[in-house]
Amino acid sequence: MNTDLLLQLITNGLIVGLLYGVVGMCFVLVYKSTQIVNFAQGEFLLLGAWVCWAFLVYMQIPFFLGFIFTMIFMAIFGVLLQLIVLRPMIGEPIISVIMVTIGLSIFFQALTKWIFGVAPQSYPKVFEADSVNILGMSIEPAYLMSMVIAVLIMIGFYLFFKHSKHGLAMRATAFDQQAAQSLGISVKQVFAMSWGIAATVSATAGVVMGMVNGVSDSLSVMGIKVFPAVILGGLDSIVGAIVGGLTIGVLENLAEFFDSQFLHIGNMYDIAPFYVLLIILWFKPYGLFGTKDIERI
Amino acid sequence: MSNAAEVINPEEVVLSINNIEVVYDDVIQVLRGVSIDVPKGSIVTLLGPNGAGKSTTLKSISGLLKTENGEVTKGDISFLGKRIDNANAAEIVSSGLFQVMEGRRIIEDMTVVENLRLGAYTRSDNQINQDIDMVFSYFPRLKERTGLAGYLSGGEQQMLAIGRALMARPKMICLDEPSMGLSPLLVKEVFGIIEKINREQGITMLLVEQNANYALKAAHYGYIMESGKIVLDGTREQLLNNEDVKEFYLGGGNEERKSFKNLKSYKRRKRWL
Repeated sequence: MNTDLLLQLITNGLIVGLLYGVVGMCFVLVYKSTQIVNFAQGEFLLLGAWVCWAFLVYMQIPFFLGFIFTMIFMAIFGVLLQLIVLRPMIGEPIISVIMVTIGLSIFFQALTKWIFGVAPQSYPKVFEADSVNILGMSIEPAYLMSMVIAVLIMIGFYLFFKHSKHGLAMRATAFDQQAAQSLGISVKQVFAMSWGIAATVSATAGVVMGMVNGVSDSLSVMGIKVFPAVILGGLDSIVGAIVGGLTIGVLENLAEFFDSQFLHIGNMYDIAPFYVLLIILWFKPYGLFGTKDIERI
Repeated sequence: MSNAAEVINPEEVVLSINNIEVVYDDVIQVLRGVSIDVPKGSIVTLLGPNGAGKSTTLKSISGLLKTENGEVTKGDISFLGKRIDNANAAEIVSSGLFQVMEGRRIIEDMTVVENLRLGAYTRSDNQINQDIDMVFSYFPRLKERTGLAGYLSGGEQQMLAIGRALMARPKMICLDEPSMGLSPLLVKEVFGIIEKINREQGITMLLVEQNANYALKAAHYGYIMESGKIVLDGTREQLLNNEDVKEFYLGGGNEERKSFKNLKSYKRRKRWL
């Protein structure tokens, strides 16, 4: 058995898993506070990656400045998307809202193809080194950066929801909208904020993925891959999204390893997460951390 | 009809409801011309049976009516001299009027302190921690509860809901059935604290209740509502001594109608003037 390869794949899995976790958190955030299953989550990554690429390549802005501009752009984009497209849908049947997000997904995929073309593009070189060696494993600097960013985002989410008044307001809205309104919380503002945060944070993941693999349509696949992760974790649990993300990340790499070493079926990397999804839905439909309502006895 | 403002404190009416009608879903009329005055610093209670429109009255004050597809179609409501019948809930809370909803509605998956901090959502000063201590001085037992608010007992949840209202530093609090689901001992405790807060903080209270005994003991003035109308109002003494109130809300009263069977048929015929 090839131990080096196994270790390398597990490391990759953890790194990608952290990104799944971050995107999953955004998905859960939107689902929890607005009850919308956002099928356009992957397109946030795609759009973020393309916008950042455009800043770097067309405008020749230094990377970190372009990165920050992308964040600002995506925050405004997320809020506007909620205001213009999703706010009028409040109170409509859940299936209509889901169809709208599927529509948005198709729209933005087509839009990015129209503007940036269909060919994958690669980011200009940001880091000097091709790879850094940590404990004998070679890791791309971009992956290292993605790890740091993902962990920072997770700490940021924790502090935001635990200590800031807007974070508390979002949790209150998720729990009981009418009670939240009776406390003076504007539910509309909370909705807009959750879309803004989801778009911004997903775009961060998109940029990082783009730096490693190049920018192309395949980025939006993350939006689908994130489903097994959040359903494993429990659709309404932020911690669950992180655990689910890491699990799926490692699992798909392990599947890849066993497939390449023993099974030779091919494509296990892409398929394994969805087998997991199926099994979870069979045996634990609420996921590992899906909250069950507190029953007072 | 006597008027609460004239009886108690003619100078300042904090909340004035003037002949409002409320319609749900464009067709279901719930309130048919309700007028209520709440003088500054007083406790006013609104009594009535199930379905009379008490909670609807409170929701039309606090702007929550819109969340249930209801609408004030006639009349006006003013708070501190400003019209609020078209304002949204957030504006009304910011202007100093806070509603403690029926059934407490605390955020069960948050801790006590987080719930209290939510109450201060509309504030932007930095004295929130002092106010949390102030709330704990009224409700010492909340301080010991460090787990999720969902695990609190019913009485503690009610205390938390009132404490959360205090966190907004309101000028007036509307309480919707604070006695709901509480044991008589706890009801007594909660009402004692409500009176204490009114006395010490000078916060005006509008108290909607079915538990007429306790509510009338705490209140300075009372309104009685049936089928979407105010049928009687008066000071605590006037209401406590009114034969009809005694009979229908306090129990006892007319000696001749001792049998429940007779009482029922009598009540069916009885109409308020």
